[in-house]
Amino acid sequence: MIYFELFLSFLQIGAFSFGGGYAAMPLIQEQVVTGHHWLSMTEFTDLITLSQMTPGPIAINSATFVGLKIAGIPGAIVATMGCILPSCIIVTLIAFLYLRYRNLSALQSVLDTLRPAVVALVASAGISILITAFWGSSAAIVFTNTRWSLVLIFLICIVLLQKCKMNPIVVMILAGIMKTGLSFIQGVFV
Amino acid sequence: MPEKKNILLKLFISTLYLSAFTFGGGYVIVTLMKKKFVDGYHWIEEDEMLDLVAIAQSSPGAIAVNGAIVIGYKLAGLAGALVSILGTILPPFVILSVVSAFYTTFRDSFLVSQMLEGMQAGVGAVIAAVVYEMADGVLHSHSLLSNCVMLAAFLASCILQINVIYIILACGLLGITKAFYRKRRTSAA
Repeated sequence: MIYFELFLSFLQIGAFSFGGGYAAMPLIQEQVVTGHHWLSMTEFTDLITLSQMTPGPIAINSATFVGLKIAGIPGAIVATMGCILPSCIIVTLIAFLYLRYRNLSALQSVLDTLRPAVVALVASAGISILITAFWGSSAAIVFTNTRWSLVLIFLICIVLLQKCKMNPIVVMILAGIMKTGLSFIQGVFV
Repeated sequence: MPEKKNILLKLFISTLYLSAFTFGGGYVIVTLMKKKFVDGYHWIEEDEMLDLVAIAQSSPGAIAVNGAIVIGYKLAGLAGALVSILGTILPPFVILSVVSAFYTTFRDSFLVSQMLEGMQAGVGAVIAAVVYEMADGVLHSHSLLSNCVMLAAFLASCILQINVIYIILACGLLGITKAFYRKRRTSAA
């Protein structure tokens, strides 16, 4: 029963991938490539590239990709359901407990300590995205390797967000258009 | 608080739209959610948002999905959670189904790769702007402990590359210790 196998496999991915994003990658590989041979290693690499280029979490993207390939649209739906089911149960339960008991002083104290850490974690994720943008995903961080066009776009975006208070999604799309424009200009002159 | 049906509709549209533009992982959607639900709609307080992010972060599964669940649940109960999950998974589901059909053309397109590179810099800027605001809030609380935790968590995650779960667990333990210590001191006095 292929649907059940897909469901079960992605259920495990959903239940055991802590930390999100790339932390889920080895687990997905183990289930999909080594365990069930649903994808070859090349197809798996393609899947990761696709996930980077399209919006959405890697786990959901993999569920869609693998499900489609193995059992068409119903397969993709079943795999996606399996993938999000553990989150639905666990997160709803914790949210319920949080909303109910957050006024307890002990919990309040834990949350007070967590908040600054969350800010730091978001900052750290932002820095790794910027490093990939400025220096590419594999290249070493060397001054001469810096992609200055992207540094410039980053600075323009900061101004648009902070001074002009522009909508963040509009700013993100503008950044994409600016880079495409700059590359065309470079192409004309080189 | 606006009426429930209205909230569900707005919740669905917002999560759909945020998810469709969230390149670059869970933290990006969390920053966009903060802009939308805290600064835009004023549905959630900033402190509460950070608590919800901590829950989304420390539970298993994709952060974007977890974030959608906590916010949906907080705003409109179980129905809210279901609506925002649907809004969050629909765009990647549809986009990936379409893109995987034209995968090679898409991968080799110069236009697409340039757009995506540029958007990465844009995403970085959005995160930087939100972090700046939130860090400013922590600094202005004038709490030595909060500032130390923020610095230590940053170093642990960014420089030492320690898994976020351990960082969150450590901060939780510190909070429990603090509560315990304070309780003993008040009962002794």
